[in-house]
Amino acid sequence: MSQSENLQQEIQGTSLSDYGDSAAWQYLKWGSLVALIIFLIVIPHYVGAYYQFVLSLWAVTAISAQGLNLMMGYAGKVSLAQGAFMGIGAYVSTLLVQNWGVNFWLAMIIAIIVSIIIGAAIGFPALRVEGHYLAFVTLGFNELVVLFLRNEDQWTGGPLGVLNIERPSIFGYSLFEPTRFYYFTLVMLAISSLLVWYMIRSPWGRAFKALKDNPNRAESLGLDTTSYTLMAFAIGSGLAGFSGTLIAPLVEFVEPNQFQLLKSLEYLLMVMVGGRGFLAGPLIGAFFAEVLPEWLRFADEYYLIFFAIFVMLLIRFFPEGVAGFGKQIRRTFFRQTSPQVQGEQNA
Amino acid sequence: MSQARKKVLEVRDIHKSFGFVKANRGISFDVYEGEILGVIGPNGCGKTTLFNCILGQLKADSGTVSLNGQDVTGQKPAQLAKAGLGRTFQLLQVFDSMTVEENLLTAAQAHVGSIFSRLFMQPDLGKMDDVNRVIEAFRLGHLAKEDAGSLSYGQQKLLDIAMGLMSNPQIVFLDEPAGGVNLSMLADVKSRLLELNEAGMTFAVIEHNMEFIFEVADRIVVIAEGEVLMVGTADEVRNDPKVIEAYLGH
Repeated sequence: MSQSENLQQEIQGTSLSDYGDSAAWQYLKWGSLVALIIFLIVIPHYVGAYYQFVLSLWAVTAISAQGLNLMMGYAGKVSLAQGAFMGIGAYVSTLLVQNWGVNFWLAMIIAIIVSIIIGAAIGFPALRVEGHYLAFVTLGFNELVVLFLRNEDQWTGGPLGVLNIERPSIFGYSLFEPTRFYYFTLVMLAISSLLVWYMIRSPWGRAFKALKDNPNRAESLGLDTTSYTLMAFAIGSGLAGFSGTLIAPLVEFVEPNQFQLLKSLEYLLMVMVGGRGFLAGPLIGAFFAEVLPEWLRFADEYYLIFFAIFVMLLIRFFPEGVAGFGKQIRRTFFRQTSPQVQGEQNA
Repeated sequence: MSQARKKVLEVRDIHKSFGFVKANRGISFDVYEGEILGVIGPNGCGKTTLFNCILGQLKADSGTVSLNGQDVTGQKPAQLAKAGLGRTFQLLQVFDSMTVEENLLTAAQAHVGSIFSRLFMQPDLGKMDDVNRVIEAFRLGHLAKEDAGSLSYGQQKLLDIAMGLMSNPQIVFLDEPAGGVNLSMLADVKSRLLELNEAGMTFAVIEHNMEFIFEVADRIVVIAEGEVLMVGTADEVRNDPKVIEAYLGH
């Protein structure tokens, strides 16, 4: 039997499902996830209140980064307003609780809905402009929100913001204590991650990716690109608003500077460094933004230099971010390719 | 012969100008059920502009398009795709970051349920059998889990055509399916096209490869300088002095 006949027989005798990620990769992937969950559950017992705070900040930040990843990494729509939406969520929920005595959970839901509505409205320019132009539109919106928070002090408390924000309770069980609040943010991150995971593997996820890869083709196939663009902005902004409702009770105060443009740029960096278009990307990016600086404290004021060098090297060698590097490893070591594809690649 | 068949698409008096350049000057033709209609003409004669006007990518200055007697003039590409007009583009248009399977599922999904109901459906929308059938028909089985961006040009071309078929369209518009494809892949494209046509699918095909179009097309529309020069069979077109002049300039 000739080599090509062997190859043909091998191809014909193999079903479609035999190709793709190897079993070893599946074990590694799910094993890592289980190890991460166990680590996150036990870690508060080995660190003090300050590190519990830092890890809570990581969880809250990761939720907002997941929103930006959905918009930018999956749907291909860049936004520099993630900080503003976080601010909208934080202020709406805080003011509803403090000024009107609304229950925290109801205030959270209202704040998320407000963020979703404003996010969808901000999505309209994305129907007309792309890339840098869209970035400028969203940047302008971020500045507008910060100016509003700073100047409309009869509602927002002005530059001083709102102080002494209380942490919520669940069925009378107070979340004031740092460990409890950490577990609370962890559960919220798990809910957000499951939501994003579900969406990405659903037909909506494919539509978002199609929107990023080739909107003309997506439209010619009957996909309603207008609705999907608005939806991506609405959900991404909603997640930022959700994150905002958690950051307020975490740091126990809100003020406009927390949500200025620098914050939005930080989210952009998180998504780029973590890996845009990867589910794990925002979690990794938020780790680099919130936890790594704590480890680099020994470097005092030089920490930013270390951090910048690290980011530049990362983007130079792994332009798809850390999660993208993981994908390269998967493709190189854990991918089963059909004999025919291997033959074509070798050729 | 084709006059007795059901008319699926009627294109009437399409005009389209870009500034002072008149790309289409009153183009009219029909497409009949189950035929392969070839559309040929020298470079820059307005073939792709015509397809774009019919399929909503461009807005025609005047003229009408009817699908099964229903006026669909001026509708958006997504609406026309749902109405039953599938297409491929002159330049390859696959979703690079998605696998072959995902590309085909994406091509099918707009025709299942509503945008909101799709969020709560199973990820493959119950379309996996259709996907596997098309993958098999186009001999793409060994590439099903590969990213489309990593395929060769010819393989992407096959995938591109396959995507145009996923919604079971009433007519598929192919813009230069043989363009840039090597000889063995060209034979593949041709046989897939003829098999699908044999199974009852209707095609309108723009092509520069004359040998290819003369072999597959039942009728051919020849366009020159934005106008229909003639409509006829391959033999009629091949021997028409006006066509020869349009191509050779003498």
